[in-house]
Amino acid sequence: MENVLLTIVTFLPLAGATLLLAIRKDNLKAIRLLALSTATATFLLSLPLFFHFEASTPGMQFEQLVTWIPSIGVNYHVGIDGISLFLVLLTTFLTPITILSSWNSIDRRVKEYFIFLLLLETGMLGVFVALDLFLFYVFWEVMLVPMYFLIGVWGGERRIYAAVKFFLYTMTGSVLMLVAIIALYFFNGGTTFDYLTILSNVQTGKLILTVTEQSWLFLAFFIAFAIKVPLFPFHTWLPDAHVEAPTAGSVILAGVLLKMGTYGMVRFCLPLFSEATLEWTPWINGLAVVGIIYGALVAMVQTDIKRLVAYSSVSHLGFVVLGIFAVNQQGMEGAIYQMLNHGISTGALFLIVGMIYDRRHTRLIQEFGGLATSLPVFSTFFMIVTLSSIGLPLLNGFVGEFLVLLGAFKANVTYTVFATSGIILSAVYMLWMYQRVVFGEVTNERNKGLPDLSLREKFILVPMTLLIIWMGVYSQTFLRKMDSSVSQLLSRFQSTAVVLKK
Amino acid sequence: MLMDNLQSLRYFYPELTLIVAMLVVVIVDISFNRLRNVLNPLLTIAALLIAAYFTAYVNHGQEANLFLGMLALDSFAQFFKLFLLLAALLVVLGSLHSEELLQVHQGEFFALLLAVTLGMLLMANSINLAILYLSLELVSLTSYIMVGYLKGDRLSNEASLKYILFGAISTGSMLYGFSLIYGMTGSLNLYTIRDAFLSQGVQGFDQFTILLALVLTLAGFGFKTAAVPFHFWCPDVYAGAPTPVTAFLSVAPKAAGFAILVRFLFSGMTQTSGSEWGLVNGINWPLVLIGISVLTMTLGNIAALTQNNLKRMLAYSSIAHAGYILMGSVVLTGEGLKSMLIYMFVYLFMNLGAFLVVTIIYNSDRSFEIGDYHGMFKRAPFLTFAMGVFMLSLTGIPPFAGFLGKLYVFLAVIEKGLFWFAVVGTLNAAVAAFYYMRVIKAMVLEEGNGKTAPLHVSFLNQALLVALLIPNLILVVFWNPIERWTASSVKLFSGL
Repeated sequence: MENVLLTIVTFLPLAGATLLLAIRKDNLKAIRLLALSTATATFLLSLPLFFHFEASTPGMQFEQLVTWIPSIGVNYHVGIDGISLFLVLLTTFLTPITILSSWNSIDRRVKEYFIFLLLLETGMLGVFVALDLFLFYVFWEVMLVPMYFLIGVWGGERRIYAAVKFFLYTMTGSVLMLVAIIALYFFNGGTTFDYLTILSNVQTGKLILTVTEQSWLFLAFFIAFAIKVPLFPFHTWLPDAHVEAPTAGSVILAGVLLKMGTYGMVRFCLPLFSEATLEWTPWINGLAVVGIIYGALVAMVQTDIKRLVAYSSVSHLGFVVLGIFAVNQQGMEGAIYQMLNHGISTGALFLIVGMIYDRRHTRLIQEFGGLATSLPVFSTFFMIVTLSSIGLPLLNGFVGEFLVLLGAFKANVTYTVFATSGIILSAVYMLWMYQRVVFGEVTNERNKGLPDLSLREKFILVPMTLLIIWMGVYSQTFLRKMDSSVSQLLSRFQSTAVVLKK
Repeated sequence: MLMDNLQSLRYFYPELTLIVAMLVVVIVDISFNRLRNVLNPLLTIAALLIAAYFTAYVNHGQEANLFLGMLALDSFAQFFKLFLLLAALLVVLGSLHSEELLQVHQGEFFALLLAVTLGMLLMANSINLAILYLSLELVSLTSYIMVGYLKGDRLSNEASLKYILFGAISTGSMLYGFSLIYGMTGSLNLYTIRDAFLSQGVQGFDQFTILLALVLTLAGFGFKTAAVPFHFWCPDVYAGAPTPVTAFLSVAPKAAGFAILVRFLFSGMTQTSGSEWGLVNGINWPLVLIGISVLTMTLGNIAALTQNNLKRMLAYSSIAHAGYILMGSVVLTGEGLKSMLIYMFVYLFMNLGAFLVVTIIYNSDRSFEIGDYHGMFKRAPFLTFAMGVFMLSLTGIPPFAGFLGKLYVFLAVIEKGLFWFAVVGTLNAAVAAFYYMRVIKAMVLEEGNGKTAPLHVSFLNQALLVALLIPNLILVVFWNPIERWTASSVKLFSGL
């Protein structure tokens, strides 16, 4: 029997969104409960993916293949390996949390909001599980639409500008990818869009592309992904989108959407175009390092906490890219681990920013100070998350950054030295921000007597914090599941790079 | 098989049906004062359905040259006829509750619509230049009247006049081109023309005359499909005409224009050698077509960016879409041809849908300005949703049907290695995203403009919206029948 679990997990949110249509729009309670239970059910259903995942199998698992448009070789083909498994779990984990976080803060057009959030979840999951280039592209574009609305309808003051900018940036990148996908399809004989088939043709030498062809295709894919990551200098949409998006939007954006770019690089750029990868690696690493330092420096001078966190994303994602293009076991695993870390830590930071925004309706650092006295519990959570984002040992960020730097060091010392300075800078801007917001005297009267975390908010932050600690203390749970997939990817990469060199 | 006039008649039922219905509509209009507003639409719808029945079932699978080689009966013509009848049917349904048309006397409208449909059906099967010209003029002349149908409206009259002037010049030059071709080859039949070119070789003719004849002919086709540089009439005409007529013009005559373009290029100017298309002529056809296509889509998209009147924006967008459809003709392959048909098929639903929404909103708000669409989500959620889908589909965002149209066009050109052409096409799609999203932005993201009363959508229009939404939403899942249908419709040309 075909394995339908992935399909169910992917499309359950869509089903939930359809059900939501049937509820009257002023029945807020029912809408929220249905959205939450759909997302929770999706999360629970995705857990078996983790528990039944064979760590020793490097290839795809939970595969399902259904013929779709046979005349041009399009199939509905889904499956996950050790790389996509965790991104799927990250998505299913973060979605219920974002729904909880927008429980009260979203009070306009609630029904549409949750519909879009659930549609977005389907789109994101689809991107991670798709094993057919056509299907991948469909999901990749599908996801744009709900995100556009989430930013544009429920965002801050300049939300419309941010939404349009986000849409056009990503759309431009992705249409070029479409050309590359079709070109790849014809280079491979014009019979199938199936990723695994094309990959094995590359592997066995049935599909040999010249370095020039590879470079064009590589760049078309890479730019689409780089815009999404976003890699410097394609990052300018990100601060706008993040700052204007509602909290849940920012969490999803930082937590999952950005990872699609890096995931795409791992899944498509490296294994399909190994020669071009080697060709372009110095440039990409250079951009990654510039992004790390630039993001950190810009973050340092921000007056708005959310903008600060947004720019820190540019910096952190630079590490991920650096790890990927180190093209070795440590770098790659570190990069994937760092994707998860960033999803959780930055997601949590955005949630925290959202929580103080709900209380004070401002995010300017200068408005705060001495929050530790009135919000002790909040400040504790804030502390843990901040430290995890900096990469304190025993918290998740450390493991990822350490592995990335280890891998990058093997590949190129100079870049690594510069990149390491990004870690120091991140400690500077995060701790400085934390100090100004939480410590010191209460300078602003309005910060006195703010209510501490509610039960719902604790419910949001506790699982995040537990994960932060778990991933920091016992990373084996996660790393061992990705080992074989990563090493297979790398050995394939090496072998094709060699095949082409001959 | 060549058939004489009498033999041919039994394959001519679709057209005959329309002729009879047209006359009946006129008679009903003058004799039944009270019933005519009910009877005429019903008669028109019935005639279109009957004609479609004859086309789809009775004439299915027949291959013949009717009326001693004037008209072709083949699967290619069948596709276009069904397409055109469907477009006409949808436009009739969409015009029933249009306040613009309800203000004026409706009787002739249906007669004219039937006449224009008849002309287009003839365009789709003509293989003789004389018939081709006559049918094209039938379409043009009737559309001039339909465009100027709002007698008291200055814009509508102006549009009609512009259309006539432009049409007269382009069809006139096309006729001159035809006469040159006739002078060179001694025939009006497309196949005979091709054979003449083939047997004597291109060198046997005066190069300049050939060039002149083809350029003049292309001007006529370019006019019908609104391709740059023959598009100047388009924005004004589309903006001035009653919205249902605009919807009709943006889809049906365009498709008919592509049908004759394809016939002309593929039957008259090319020869089959295996599965490839060899061009009879010395002119670099692909380059000419690439040029026209790139100009058409780029100019259409860029001009659409700054439009505030939705009808004008959709006019420019339809120019851009003509550019995408032309992409499929460039490669001169069966795949390319198929992609054109597919594109037109999906374009029918998304574009008619967009115009239907414009009609509905005009009914209650009396405005085509995008600024007046602000906050529409509050007043008409379903309408907003529908418009959103149509706009995203026109942009080419999956999973909506418009994406498949673009995909097939790109597949066709990339297969031939025209990467840059495809890149230009996709970047154009990104530009187009800007103005399509502007409509969505106005309707969904912007706050209202003070109006809060729910917008009335009649039951008929709601049903029609649903009917147009369904193909846009589900074609991506149930795609294979469309694929097979279009593939079998172009068999004639691809020689499979």
